[in-house]
Amino acid sequence: MPSFVLNVNGGARTVSVRDADEPLLYVLRNSLGLTGAKFGCGLGQCGTCTVLVDGEAVRSCLLPVAKVGERKVVTIEGLGTPDRPHPLQAAFIREQAAQCGYCATGMVMSGAALLARKPNATLQEAKDALAGNLCRCGTHQRILNAMMRAAGRATS
Amino acid sequence: MSAPGRLKGERRSARHGASPMTARLSRRAFLKSGGALVIGFALAERGWAQRLPGGDAALGKTLDTGSVDGFISVNADSSVTIFCGKVDLGQGLRIAIPQMAAEELGVRLAQVAMIEGDTALTPDQGPTAGSSGIMRGGVQIRQAAATAREALILRAAERLGRPAADLDAVDGEVRPRAGGAGVSFGALVGDKRFDLKVDPKAPLRKPDGYTIVGQPIPRPDIPGKVTGRHQFVHDFTVDRMLHGRAIRPPAVGAKLLAVDEASVKAIAGVRVVRVNDFLGVVAETEWDAVCAVRQLKATWSPAAALMGSDGVRAWMRAGPFESDEHLVRKGDARAVLAASAKRVRAEYYWPVQSHASMGPSCAVADVRDGKATIWTASQATHKFRETYARVLGLPKDAVRCVYLDGSGCYGMNGHDDAGADAALLSRAVGRPVRVQWSREDEHGWDPKGPPQLLAMEGSTTDDGKIAAWRTEMWLPKATASLPNVPLLGPEAAGIAQPQGIVTGLISQNGNPPYAVADQEVLVHWIATVPLRSSNIRAPGKVANCFAVESFTDELAAAARRDPVEFRLQGLSDPRAIEVVKRTAALLGWKPRPSPGPGGLGRGIAFIHYKNNESYVAVAMEAEVDKRSGAIGVRRVACAHDCGLIINPDALRLQIEGNILQTLSRTLYEETTFDRARVTSRDWASYPILAFPDAPEILVDLVSRPQEPPLGAGEAAATPVPAALANAVFDAAGIRLRTVPFTRERAKAAFG
Repeated sequence: MPSFVLNVNGGARTVSVRDADEPLLYVLRNSLGLTGAKFGCGLGQCGTCTVLVDGEAVRSCLLPVAKVGERKVVTIEGLGTPDRPHPLQAAFIREQAAQCGYCATGMVMSGAALLARKPNATLQEAKDALAGNLCRCGTHQRILNAMMRAAGRATS
Repeated sequence: MSAPGRLKGERRSARHGASPMTARLSRRAFLKSGGALVIGFALAERGWAQRLPGGDAALGKTLDTGSVDGFISVNADSSVTIFCGKVDLGQGLRIAIPQMAAEELGVRLAQVAMIEGDTALTPDQGPTAGSSGIMRGGVQIRQAAATAREALILRAAERLGRPAADLDAVDGEVRPRAGGAGVSFGALVGDKRFDLKVDPKAPLRKPDGYTIVGQPIPRPDIPGKVTGRHQFVHDFTVDRMLHGRAIRPPAVGAKLLAVDEASVKAIAGVRVVRVNDFLGVVAETEWDAVCAVRQLKATWSPAAALMGSDGVRAWMRAGPFESDEHLVRKGDARAVLAASAKRVRAEYYWPVQSHASMGPSCAVADVRDGKATIWTASQATHKFRETYARVLGLPKDAVRCVYLDGSGCYGMNGHDDAGADAALLSRAVGRPVRVQWSREDEHGWDPKGPPQLLAMEGSTTDDGKIAAWRTEMWLPKATASLPNVPLLGPEAAGIAQPQGIVTGLISQNGNPPYAVADQEVLVHWIATVPLRSSNIRAPGKVANCFAVESFTDELAAAARRDPVEFRLQGLSDPRAIEVVKRTAALLGWKPRPSPGPGGLGRGIAFIHYKNNESYVAVAMEAEVDKRSGAIGVRRVACAHDCGLIINPDALRLQIEGNILQTLSRTLYEETTFDRARVTSRDWASYPILAFPDAPEILVDLVSRPQEPPLGAGEAAATPVPAALANAVFDAAGIRLRTVPFTRERAKAAFG
């Protein structure tokens, strides 16, 4: 059984898998119990499985665990907690930016990747960064408001 | 991370900022009371990993909707548990219903916990559908709370030796209004039953004294949802759980001819389950199950049972029809129209659409020893408890369905099918099984929103009013008293199920909401559907309002009248008039007939939902690129009157969601299929609205605290398509009558 040492949320985690092509998403959710990233399509089309890999927003449903290597993986659980949320998570809470919330963790991860790169991102940049994250409940305006709040551009 | 089988407290009992005191109730207290909530919390604390005894007679809690104890328990510490048959699907009932209960009872919101949709604990309040969560479910619980409050005050009056009229319930205590010592709820009733029928006449608190209802209190589930700690059914595990998948045929109706079990031998631990044409795999890990589905060799019979999506419109018109039904017949519309020189006709089509949930459906089932527990995101746990019992050949009392959050569904998506898949697989292998559908499963096999076709005919008077109106509708007819949509797994397994069609109430709002002396609404009922169907958000009303309010605009344009003025002159209900006026004002509407001079167009539409619920108007600005066919929506305005508002921020979010989701359905969405199967099986072939195309949304809530609370989960969806079509007409002078307004279709129309 192939075994890998992953750097997840700042710690080394050893995982054994039958199939080295098993996507990171399944390893995170089922082997490591980090269920914040969700399965949405397995096709890289919807963004619900987004995690950070060396700071980049990556679709974990398409990334084989064998290809992760020593890169640093950050999942939503590593970003913040309900008691100590990341500023973008705090903004999502302030704006009440979730309905069913299934896409929310992927949204936060894609948004956090943008804000890490561009702390004062514009509305257009936020829309572009989230273009690959789908939301079916229609929470787009709240999510963009949260992005602008975290980017220091809140209007209220 | 939670241990397997452990259910986070936040999930089972949404508590609002308080320490979880309720959960500390002792077993002794439970035994003393014979009450249920202790069991509820004891189970919540222990998790659901152990098998729960089917029937759960030991729980002892009444599920009677006529009993206060069905809905409410008051605990020794004066905290309160609400048992709610309606569930939070993302629409905010988890905050709104506790607000209603806390207000009416006289406790702080932080003292209230709520358990949702558990057939062993919550009364059957009907499916969470049709915008009924607050207006029926919440109102029912509010009445139970009012009854409980009256009882608490009477007991306190005796205890305190004061007249009941001098007392009020505040913060979990009954106190003299004039001040002085009170007595806590816990001391009055804690851990004991009320043994009281819900009194339909128990007086409700006056809205002008509300302190909790009407407040924009944040939802309790959002911190967990945005930090990855919220548990969805997709995240739920139980001990010894296996991962399963059902394998759907390559063509609807295909028969399973052969299965080569050796084809998955390379994956250790995989078991193939076959029951007639039901085929599934079960594996130790989820990825093994996914791989097994990909590798399993199965031979299916060819099938070509479908008509193909391109043929639906013609099929709808062709008949034969199950029946014709006049929904409205006032005056003699046909005679007036025949005599009219200004007759306008138009036909509108709404295609088959998917619920297109972000998360493919998922369920966990444990079927063993003549009992079954199914953890499900169902909108109707009580109803499907009976269905699953029938499918499994078990008595109803041996089946428990427990609601856990799913991905937003907006009607019956695949979640109830996934529950059946999990149950069939669990029964076959004798261990708990989790089933998660694939993206292809969800887009391909969720029951679809049915197609609708409407033909309108109307005329105007010389002074610009509607003279006569006819609506002719071609609609699939819902099968009377069918308990539920026939499920895929049992169907394939050859397990008898009641057959028929579910559509939701799709014929409402086919009438003009304006004063028209001569009008007729006629439905040609079709006996079948092109693809298995179910209710999809605002069933039927989205398409009907699209046709009615587009056609109203066509009549206004024919009469050279401003669309807002044209509507207002046909309205007399002040609540209707107010939402139309406020919506127009919010958008900055400038009166003139459509089409406009080009550039940015604007359109408006109105609905009185189901003709007796919420009043909603939506207006928007859109621009069109005639060369590419691209339609861009800039701003959307909505004034919304659903009577008493429980939580204005959660309401705004519902309205925003209704608008954006329906813009998506109008602009992009159609389930395509050939003779064999659905061909729009992913987000590329079934695109939905994405961030770059999300417009700005302005919402104006009309607050009417003296009116009953009405539903808001659907109404604001319905005027969206017509408002967009009307804005496109205003911008380009071209009328789009077929949804979706794809670039190709718009480009062809713009010429």
